[in-house]
Amino acid sequence: MRRSRLLIVLLGAAILLLALGACQPAEPEVITKVETQEVTIVETQEVQVNVPVSFQMESQRLAAVKANGVLRCGVNSGVPGFGFLNESGEFVGFDTDFCRAIATAIFGDPSAVEFRPLTAAERFTALQTNEVDVLIRNTTWTFTRDVELGTDFGPTTFYDGQGMMVRKDSGFDSLNDMEGATVCVLSGTTTELNLADAFSSRGLSYDTLVFDKSDETAAAYDEGRCDGLTSDKSQLAGLRTTMTNPADHKILPETMSKEPLGPVWAQGDQQWGDLVRWVVNGVIIAEEKDITAANVAETAAGDPQDPEVRRLLGLEGSFGELLGLDPDFMVNVISAAGNYGEIYERNLGPDGTDIPRAGSANALWSDGGLLYAPPWR
Amino acid sequence: MTETSPEQTPKNSSFAFLRDLRFIQALAQAVFVILVLLAGRWLIGNLLESVQTRGLSLSFDFFRRTAGFVVGEGLPMERTDTFWYAYLIGLYNSLRVIGIGLLLATVVGVLAGIALLSTNWLLRSLVSIYVEIMRNTPLLVQLFFIYFGIILKLPSLQDRITVGAFSLSNRGFYFPKPIPGTGFPLWIAVTLAAVVVSIVLYRVLLNRRVQQGVETRPLLWSGIILIGVPAAVWIFTPGHPLALDYPALQGLRMEGGATLSPEFAGILVGLVLYTGAFIADIVRAGILAVAKGQQEAATALGLSKSQVLRLVVLPQAMRVIIPPLTNQFLNLAKNSSLAVGVGYPDLYNVSSTIFNQSGQAVQVISLMMGTYLVMSLLISAVMNYLNSRLQIKER
Repeated sequence: MRRSRLLIVLLGAAILLLALGACQPAEPEVITKVETQEVTIVETQEVQVNVPVSFQMESQRLAAVKANGVLRCGVNSGVPGFGFLNESGEFVGFDTDFCRAIATAIFGDPSAVEFRPLTAAERFTALQTNEVDVLIRNTTWTFTRDVELGTDFGPTTFYDGQGMMVRKDSGFDSLNDMEGATVCVLSGTTTELNLADAFSSRGLSYDTLVFDKSDETAAAYDEGRCDGLTSDKSQLAGLRTTMTNPADHKILPETMSKEPLGPVWAQGDQQWGDLVRWVVNGVIIAEEKDITAANVAETAAGDPQDPEVRRLLGLEGSFGELLGLDPDFMVNVISAAGNYGEIYERNLGPDGTDIPRAGSANALWSDGGLLYAPPWR
Repeated sequence: MTETSPEQTPKNSSFAFLRDLRFIQALAQAVFVILVLLAGRWLIGNLLESVQTRGLSLSFDFFRRTAGFVVGEGLPMERTDTFWYAYLIGLYNSLRVIGIGLLLATVVGVLAGIALLSTNWLLRSLVSIYVEIMRNTPLLVQLFFIYFGIILKLPSLQDRITVGAFSLSNRGFYFPKPIPGTGFPLWIAVTLAAVVVSIVLYRVLLNRRVQQGVETRPLLWSGIILIGVPAAVWIFTPGHPLALDYPALQGLRMEGGATLSPEFAGILVGLVLYTGAFIADIVRAGILAVAKGQQEAATALGLSKSQVLRLVVLPQAMRVIIPPLTNQFLNLAKNSSLAVGVGYPDLYNVSSTIFNQSGQAVQVISLMMGTYLVMSLLISAVMNYLNSRLQIKER
């Protein structure tokens, strides 16, 4: 009797302690808020003339990444051309090259990346729980993802659209022919929603078969379980090469959706977002200015006259410093990864998955495409 | 008393409890509880903090929003139905596969368990090969093998194998579906009555045989009523009680009839074969646990081999079998979440779509965990009740 009463008293005390403990963290928070407010007031009053100087605050995540010594990058491991684990166990692709570019910007070393292969279903949770520093895994920028999920989207690196792959002997020439078809689709993607939109707007009935891995989805289609396989057109081109007989399949002309793909990071660290954004912008500007992996060192050493090139390569201004990086970080990035055109050519060009670039949305704005980087100044 | 040693006694008595074993035990337990609570608080605090810093909400309201996708199997669904409806379809699909899976796995397990003790060398060896392979390879690998390696290798819908009204292809197994006609209510009422009557009759006749020692043929008479009455009513009812709806190819898919989808078949066969192998070993062990004298005594009484098994050995073996069987049933229920590997839209598959489309991972996963927990506890409760019924009643 007595012992159990003692236990109850002790337990009560423990719970009280915890409750008190739970209240405590609120106090320091209030104090820090007051402090920051004070500081901002002082800043706005003093600094109006010379804004950049007061903004020397380094990104917390950048500090953490530097301390880790590697960039943890969430990628795809099953989409040839974008993120693919090749025979020798290396991650190759368009998206993984951007991971390497960001790692080079920070460490000067393209191999300072830890690739974290993620499924479509896991990727946002991985960002939200700090499992990865940046997610570059053909992720479509949408309203809910941007606003509700606690993630921020960088500049679009690839303008994609959803398509449908079918067998050539199926007799389908357009989506409208696909009444009653069974469609294989990947779980947790915008693809699943666009498919529902596209079919219901055409008044067509259909069945879906949902898998959570790209490989299984493609395998089920390849075995003839589905009449169509839907995904982003860029991925379909890659997946077609993995079919038993690639020549038996074709991609229907309709584009069911807009799919702007780009890097994503967790909300709450603006400086980190700026870093990712400007590394991407930098490789696009490098292509505009014809700076390639081969000539970047030479250009930087040869005292170029173009002011934007000088700023990009760190010969003028303190752009690297503002991001918390070396002044010549873009020289490292371009010599390691190349400019946008080189990255595209290496992974998606005729030697890769062969997605034609000329005339598409992924051409530079000066060539009639949508790739348009804000000025580096 | 107080005068003898005024300085020492209070000191001794105030700290004596420190050496009291009961106090030390209580203290140790209290410390342990505090540590567990602290760990729990740290974990939950971590969750709440990260939810707060990301500006996420923990509300379940999003379940009322339009899903925007459709679930391919189970109940009919429109693009405009809610997330909650999608969740319910997932639950329904899970319950379907778990319910049928439990039944079939038990049947397979009991038969295979008995076969493991058979005197027939060929049967015994074949079954033990089955049991050993199933028990010693991962279930997910088996599922992939069954789904991608066997079911999807069947001919396409155009080249389907047709036997009468049944057809088999890699789009599924199609068979005629009975549809109730005008005479159905009458017929089903008569049939139910016949079932009740035949059970009562069987009991009465059996009792008379036991008590009076006359052969009353209980099985024969109740069987005649069970089959004869519904059959007679079927023939004489105006309008057929049941019509058959035959599947037919229309465009890209089979219309009408009923379908067993490749995904459902894949996960069901996988679960049944896998769990059945474990149950087989449990049944074998249970039978061996029955004292040998019981079998010998039953044989000496002149019971046939099957009677010995049915009337003497199995009822006693059940007492040993039920507790580990409960574990296997729970395993089957939980393993059903591997259905996502073969594309069957079970609770886990649909939930993962929901939390991706809505982004509300914490809520969906906790709800899903709660659902699986309730399912498992229900299975446990039923099995524990069965166990208490089967134990030896001491009088």
